[in-house]
Amino acid sequence: MHLLEIKNLHANVDGHEILKGINLILNPGEVHSIMGPNGSGKSTLAQVLSRHPAYEVTDGEVLYNGKDLLAMKPEEAACEGVFLAFQYPVEIPGISNTYFLRSALNAIRKYRGEDEMDAMDFLPMFREKLKLLEMDDKLMNRSVNEGFSGGEKKRNEILQMAILQPKLAILDETDSGLDIDALRIVANGVNALRGPERAMLVVTHYQRLLNYIVPDFVHVLVDGRIVRSGGKELALELEEKGYGWIEAEAQPTSA
Amino acid sequence: MSTSVDTFRDLAQQDYKWGFVTDIEHEQVPKGLNEDIVRTISAKKNEPAFMLEWRLKAFRHWMSLEKAQAEPKWANIKYAPIDYQDIVYYSAPKQKKQLNSLDELDPEILRTYEKLGIPLAEQKMLAGVAVDAVFDSVSVATTFKEKLAELGVIFCSFSEALQKYPELVQKYLGTVVPYTDNFFASLNSAVFSDGSFVYVPKGVRCPMELSTYFRINAAETGQFERTLIVADEGAYVSYLEGCTAPIRDENQLHAAVVELIALDNAQIKYSTVQNWYPGDKQGRGGIYNFVTKRGNCKGVNSKISWTQVETGSAITWKYPSCILQGDNSIGEFYSVALANNYQQADTGTKMIHLGKNTSSTIVSKGISAGHGQNTYRGQVKIQKNATGARNYTQCDSLLIGDKCGAHTFPYIEVKNSTARMEHEASTSKIGEDQLFYLQQRGLKAEDAVSMIVNGFCKQVFRELPMEFAVEAQKLLSVSLEGSVG
Ligand SMILES: Nc1ncnc2c1ncn2[C@@H]1O[C@H](COP(=O)(O)OP(=O)(O)OP(=O)(O)O)[C@@H](O)[C@H]1O
Ligand SMILES: [Mg+2]
Repeated sequence: MHLLEIKNLHANVDGHEILKGINLILNPGEVHSIMGPNGSGKSTLAQVLSRHPAYEVTDGEVLYNGKDLLAMKPEEAACEGVFLAFQYPVEIPGISNTYFLRSALNAIRKYRGEDEMDAMDFLPMFREKLKLLEMDDKLMNRSVNEGFSGGEKKRNEILQMAILQPKLAILDETDSGLDIDALRIVANGVNALRGPERAMLVVTHYQRLLNYIVPDFVHVLVDGRIVRSGGKELALELEEKGYGWIEAEAQPTSA
Repeated sequence: MSTSVDTFRDLAQQDYKWGFVTDIEHEQVPKGLNEDIVRTISAKKNEPAFMLEWRLKAFRHWMSLEKAQAEPKWANIKYAPIDYQDIVYYSAPKQKKQLNSLDELDPEILRTYEKLGIPLAEQKMLAGVAVDAVFDSVSVATTFKEKLAELGVIFCSFSEALQKYPELVQKYLGTVVPYTDNFFASLNSAVFSDGSFVYVPKGVRCPMELSTYFRINAAETGQFERTLIVADEGAYVSYLEGCTAPIRDENQLHAAVVELIALDNAQIKYSTVQNWYPGDKQGRGGIYNFVTKRGNCKGVNSKISWTQVETGSAITWKYPSCILQGDNSIGEFYSVALANNYQQADTGTKMIHLGKNTSSTIVSKGISAGHGQNTYRGQVKIQKNATGARNYTQCDSLLIGDKCGAHTFPYIEVKNSTARMEHEASTSKIGEDQLFYLQQRGLKAEDAVSMIVNGFCKQVFRELPMEFAVEAQKLLSVSLEGSVG
């Protein structure tokens, strides 16, 4: 069975159609990259898949593990294993990272009928993941993302992913805002999570990230449609030529 | 698909969890207010002559205000006119004899406290908290007295203080909130039923948190509590007040007065968790809470801190204030106020700087949900002689949903040019994105809201004694909880 099957997905925000018929299949173990010009709908796709209430699905269907993903609330999708590393992580003042993460993990465990994890078991696991992402312990007693630098926020997203161990990880421009070392560290963190059970959808503008996280497939999203798909070499081609040639090719068919 | 607007709406649909009525025989005076009633109350309590005199003066003053229709109308609250002649001004549970221990307490009362989670029993004593439980108008149990007595700390009901320490009461009563202070304070001065009295002698650090639980029980009985706390030179005391009340259809008037006096180098920390019945989802019923709380930092280097978590009442009218009279004295006000459904809260503080190098801190967190209206009203006054005075005010509002309101009225009056004032204010909405972020990590919408709200209030919660902070967090979550669609 496919892990994710998107069929003819159309979605609006505030009455504007942003996604205009997306078709995409992800199998367990695969890493897919989505590239495309600014405003083409990449984040929209990520948000729709993680069930953001502001997006209205007008047509199509999405099966996740054989279940109707579009019928799920955001927390259900999350508990079923869908994780979104946000392009712009939000700040939650007054709530420590540690507390937040343990609450999230336990909410998911509870949903799955597992016992809650107490602080004794949580902390060693937490420390190990911090080490994986080379993050400072001090950040963890601070409020969620509050006052974090852009790069720290992105790293925090991957830390959360490492702890919550999703089945479908959607990474929305996790590389933007990262310095060169951080990019390598974050990519290592992501690669450590690659496995036969898990699929990833990696949204990025830069081939650079894909040197570290080597995708099985690359898709190009233009104006709410996937206009081209290929292997990892497609990313190199885009790097070299930009999107113009694809957009030009895509025009006649979309008219 | 559930939208977050539905979520917000549903979050407001939480029933009052502590609504039940205890069946206890009551001794009441007839409805209405006149000199005879005032005399009856005083006589029933066998009060010293000065007390009756004072009550009568207060009553006459209140009558003049009532005639002049001087009930304050400036607050940002709306309610049907109160018929002061339709209220019972005194009610006491009938008790056969004086109690020596909790075992002798009416089991019905004990059970009520247990339902409320008020640990009047063993555990609480072990935890080191003395409890002076006020049931309706008369104190029915006081614990830990002996231990406190050893240190010379007086902690008893107001009635008892009038019997045992009339000179202390007479010396301090009305020195911070005179009976002429305002309409509701005058009313309280005339008819107050009971309350607490605390005196901490020179140099004594009260070793435990003193706590009093208030509870309105008799139908249509207004509660008029009177609390007086005096910390003598170099003394320290932390006082907790918390309450929940049973569901009633009628609006119930509550007009308490609390006076605090801190002499040289003394400190008083006063914490409140207020959860009076807020009315139902349509805004019917609920407590009208008109409270006058004021502390006087009378001595040099004295300090008074007010911390309040206000989640209940249909109407809250409350401005715990500090008069910073002593040089170098410090006043603090930390507040969380929640207005959900049709609740209206108009609350804040006054910091009156009289002495030199006095400083005050105000941290106010207002949360509005449902159709709730939350108003912060604060006044900072720096008088002419208050050289080197400082104030820091932070005033944040959080909106949940789009039918509620947040309002801020900061008044600042500076008559000394050396004053340093800092003011920060913010209004934010629990954003769809914030909520979504937490939900995307697996948290249910209502848990996400309660997490955001608790985070928002953290600065205030950490001022509360540990045990109280936990209760307050729970209370806040419960007050916002609901069936999320
Ligand atoms: N509320 C809205 N009303 C109208 N248009 C919107 C709204 N929100 C998003 N859009 C539009 O939807 C389009 C797709 O946005 P989206 O964030 O999905 O793009 P993206 O591919 O992630 O771009 P980027 O590479 O810049 O991150 C954009 O043109 C954006 O302006
Ligand atoms: Mg984007």
